[in-house]
Parts: sequence; C-alpha cells; structure tokens
Amino acid sequence: MIGFAFWRNGLALALVCLIIIAVALRAVHNDYAFFLGYIVFQYGALAIAWNILGGYAGFVNFGAGAFFAAGAYATVALNKALALPLPICVLAGGCAGAGLGLIMGSLTLRLRGVYFAISTLSLSVVLQTLIVNWSYVGGSSGAYIVRPKAIAPFTSYTEFLCLLMFVIAATAALIAAAIERSSIGFGLAAIRDDEAAAAALGVPTLRLKLLAATTSGAIMGMAGAPLPFYNSYLNPDSAFAVGYTINAMAMPLVGGTQSWLGPVLGALLLGSIQQLAVAFVSSSASLALIGLVFMGFVALAPQGLLGLFRLRRAEGAGR
Amino acid sequence: MNLDPVLIVNACASGLLLGAFYAMAAAGLAISFGLLDIVNIAHPALMVAAAFVVAALTGGTALDPLLASLLIAPLFALFGAGLYRLYHFFFERRGDESIRGLAFFFGLMFLIEVSLLLLWGVDQQYANALYSSGVLSVGKVDFPLRMLVPALCALATFATLSAFLKLTFVGRAISAVAQDREALRLMGIDPVRIKTIAFALSVGLAALAGGALIVIQPVDSSSAQIFVGRLFAIVIMGGLGSLPGTMIAGLLFGVIEDLTATLIGPSWSPAVAFGLLLGFLALRPRGLFGAPP
Repeated sequence: MIGFAFWRNGLALALVCLIIIAVALRAVHNDYAFFLGYIVFQYGALAIAWNILGGYAGFVNFGAGAFFAAGAYATVALNKALALPLPICVLAGGCAGAGLGLIMGSLTLRLRGVYFAISTLSLSVVLQTLIVNWSYVGGSSGAYIVRPKAIAPFTSYTEFLCLLMFVIAATAALIAAAIERSSIGFGLAAIRDDEAAAAALGVPTLRLKLLAATTSGAIMGMAGAPLPFYNSYLNPDSAFAVGYTINAMAMPLVGGTQSWLGPVLGALLLGSIQQLAVAFVSSSASLALIGLVFMGFVALAPQGLLGLFRLRRAEGAGR
Repeated sequence: MNLDPVLIVNACASGLLLGAFYAMAAAGLAISFGLLDIVNIAHPALMVAAAFVVAALTGGTALDPLLASLLIAPLFALFGAGLYRLYHFFFERRGDESIRGLAFFFGLMFLIEVSLLLLWGVDQQYANALYSSGVLSVGKVDFPLRMLVPALCALATFATLSAFLKLTFVGRAISAVAQDREALRLMGIDPVRIKTIAFALSVGLAALAGGALIVIQPVDSSSAQIFVGRLFAIVIMGGLGSLPGTMIAGLLFGVIEDLTATLIGPSWSPAVAFGLLLGFLALRPRGLFGAPP
C-alpha cells in the first residue's frame, strides 16, 4: 500500500527532474529545445493518461485527441470570457476532460469494452462538429490567443510552457504510480483479467471503471490546455489532429502497459523517431512510420519494451 | 426552421436513398462485427480506399464506377481473407482480441488513411457516371439519379447477400459460426475456414460500398472517420448481425440524418450518428429488433 514514503520519494524525484531539466534547457538556451521539450512532455502526459484506462483496466480509448482538444478549447473559452491565467485554465481543461470521461463512461462502460472503444472513436468527429459550429471560440476559422511576455523567473514564455508541461506530465506519472500501488490499481487489474470474476469477488467494477475514465480524461484535458498558448492560435484541425490520438495509444502499447514507466519509454522512443522523421522526411511519412511501428509492436511484442526487457532479464537469470 | 411539407417529403425520399447505401455499407460490418465478433473498425477505411481505387480506374476510361467496384471486389475479398488469417494468427488464437486486436484494426485504419494521403494527397476524388446528373421526378418529389442508382444496387446486393446466407451451405455455416463454434467443429466444418470466407465477404462488400460511395459523393483521405460512427450506429441499431435489422436501421438512419440536415443545418448531421450510437448503447444495446440479452 502507498504511504507517506511514496509521496515523499515521488515528489522529491519529480522536483529533482524538474531542476535538472530547467538547468539543462537554460544551458542550451535555444527556443527550439523548449519547443521540443514541450512536445515530448505533452505526449508523455497523454500516454500516461491513456494507460490508466487502457493499460490498467483494459478499456481502449480511441478519442484521446477529443479529450485533448476539449482541454485546449476550455482554455480558449475561458481566456476570451475572463482572461484567466494559464494555470487556472489548466485546471479548467482538466475539469472539461474529466466531465467528458465521466459522461462517456457512464453511458457505455456498463457494456463490453468494445462499445466504449467504438463510442470514443466517433467522439472526436462530433466534438469537432460542435466546435466548428460554436462561433464564440472561433468556429472553423480558429481563435488567436495573445501570448503574455515572459513571466518573472523565466527567460521566455516558451520556457514557462515547457516547464509547466513537465509539471503536468510529472503529476500524471505520480497519479499513475499511486494508482498502480493502491487497491484501485489491483481492482482495475482484476477487471482487466476477468471482469465477471472481479465483480463476483466484490470489486466495485463500475465505480472503478468510471474513476479510471474520469482520471484519464482529466489528465488528457490538462495536457491540452496550454496548446492555444503554445501555438498562439487554435483551430479545430490543429486541436483535433489525428497524431494526438494515435500517439496516446501507440506510446503505451510500444512501451508496455503494466506500469507508468511504459508510456514514458514509449513517449521517448516514438517522440524522438517522429521528430527525426519530420525533420528529415515529411510529417505524413512520420505518421506512417508511427503506424507501422505501432502495429509491429502490437502483433509481435504484446508486452511492449518493458516486456522485452523483462524477458531478457528472465533469460539471464535462468542461465 | 423550415417546415415546408414538400421539403420534408423530399428530405425523407433522399434519406431513404442514402439509407439504402448506408445499409449496404453497414452490411459488411454486420457480418464481421455482428456475426464473427471481429471489431473491424477499419471497415469504413477499406470502403474509402475502394472508392479511391474506383476513382482512379474510372478517371481515364469510360468504365462505370459501380461496375468497377464489382471488378475490384474479389481483390478486396482476397485481401480480407489474408487480413483475417493475420488477425487470427496474432490475436484471436491467443484470446487477445480485446485490446490488441482493437489496436490492430485501429492501426490498419490509420495506415490506410495515411497511405491514401501519401499516394493521392489531400484533394477530393470523384468519379463520373452516366447517371451523375439527372433527376427522376415523381410529382413534387425528386429522386436524383446519382443517389437512386446506388440505392437500387444496394438493394440488389442486400437481396443477393440474404439469399446467400439463407440458402447456401457456406452461408448457413457463417450464421452457425456466430452461434456455436464447437457445434460447427463437431459437424466436421473448420470454423477458421468459415470465418475466413465470411471476413473476405465482408471486405468484398466494403469494396462494393466504396463504388456506391464515390457515385454519391466525392471522398478524401479522411472521409472514413465520419463513417465509423454511422456504420457502427446502424449495426448496433439493427441488432448486431441481423440483415433485415441492418436494412431497416440503415433506412431509418438515412432519413433521420437527412431530416436533421434539412431542418437544423447540414453541419449538424455528423452529430446524428453519435447521438444515436450513444443513445442506443445507453438505453437499448440490443438494438431495435435484437433478442433480449
């Protein structure tokens, strides 16, 4: 079970990482490094969030992009209505994602897992329709966001965004690690292995599934909230880009779904492959590459990178 | 809101024509998802890919798009057979359908979309047929030929398919594999072979639907996304794997969607699929005519 030591160690680790990243990026002193860091952390947060429902409980969410866009558009709406600062928008984006997860979950999670998957698959189409028809947030032509000048301790606003995204990703990792070690995680694992048996043994299956869907949606919404400030412009096509959905799924499945470390490994691997492919070939070629790597891992390495490591270690121990 | 009766009757008529096409597009999915329990979410993407191939085949020649789709359907069926064997080998055999099997078909859908984008670019593709323009008017109700001809072909396909499933040995074995695999094995039939044939049939139907699609409307590489919600909503409304149910659900769906487009606005029609899908899942997951669970 998790106690004080888990939170102390986890927070300390996250803080150390934050300081190292901040110092390293400041040393590079190039805005491109901040942009790159932002993208990697954003995908890391999305992947960890997807894994809470997909990996731990075994319910596939094909709508990560929609949850992400809900967070981004929450920022646009709040910024226009009340000119709230970004950290509050991040919380609001989290609420938007959580609400979406709770609604989708309560309508479909009573049934077999495929029905949840199918509904999330068409979620992004309908959410995009709503946004396109909602002229307050710019409709199909999009909305501009005025980016503030640099805030006190940071040299540029991009640096602030990059570190904010790291904090979101680290929070996601802490939550995921806590779930893994708590009775919630064991309950979700029982649901994944045999839902009927879990229910018979008294696991509150529906409540746990809804909790996982809500948490996962909240983190995806939070990860999407800074996007309008990052691009200083947001339109439906960029918010609902298909790359977010495929990456949120591919990263955990490539890295390994049993632990929060899997999505992080997947995000590092696929994130760097994509950046290289975008830089040297083209962005659609990089998407094709991600699709191929994803299908290869799904078919040939069902446990992901973590499973491959474990296999090697088991072979070494057997000798 | 415009409540002119002529307008509403016209919307219902074109909705029925559109619905017949939807039913045909959903028929293949009713076989794979409803009867075989293979959640082929790449089905709409295969249909759109077929539409692209048909557009390319008919572009330079005077070939009819619907005829072209009949010509490429066997190739798609062959691809479907291979696809099922792959799926069976990697996922079904291991009992690993739920997450990884779904992810496999999602990856396939994604790869098809990206490949279409890489091969043809972002431009819309269309095909011309003798009946692309022209209208059959009955009183004040108009039936555009580019909708009427695919709808009639869809009805013919449906009739052939129903007869095949009811009357032939293989067809009845396909219905049987949905009910009891083991009994089929005891009767000396290999369920994997039957499922291969059935899945090939379903992908072949996707190719036929692609031919009808390109006659009805131009397509681009991302057209499949909107069909996912539509086709699954129809299959679930139709009660998973019942062909008459799928037909009625398709017609109903087409009418509802066209009425929404006419009365509220065309930009709202994608919301219909999602609303019906979620509504049925929440309130009546066995569909309109399905047996109680």
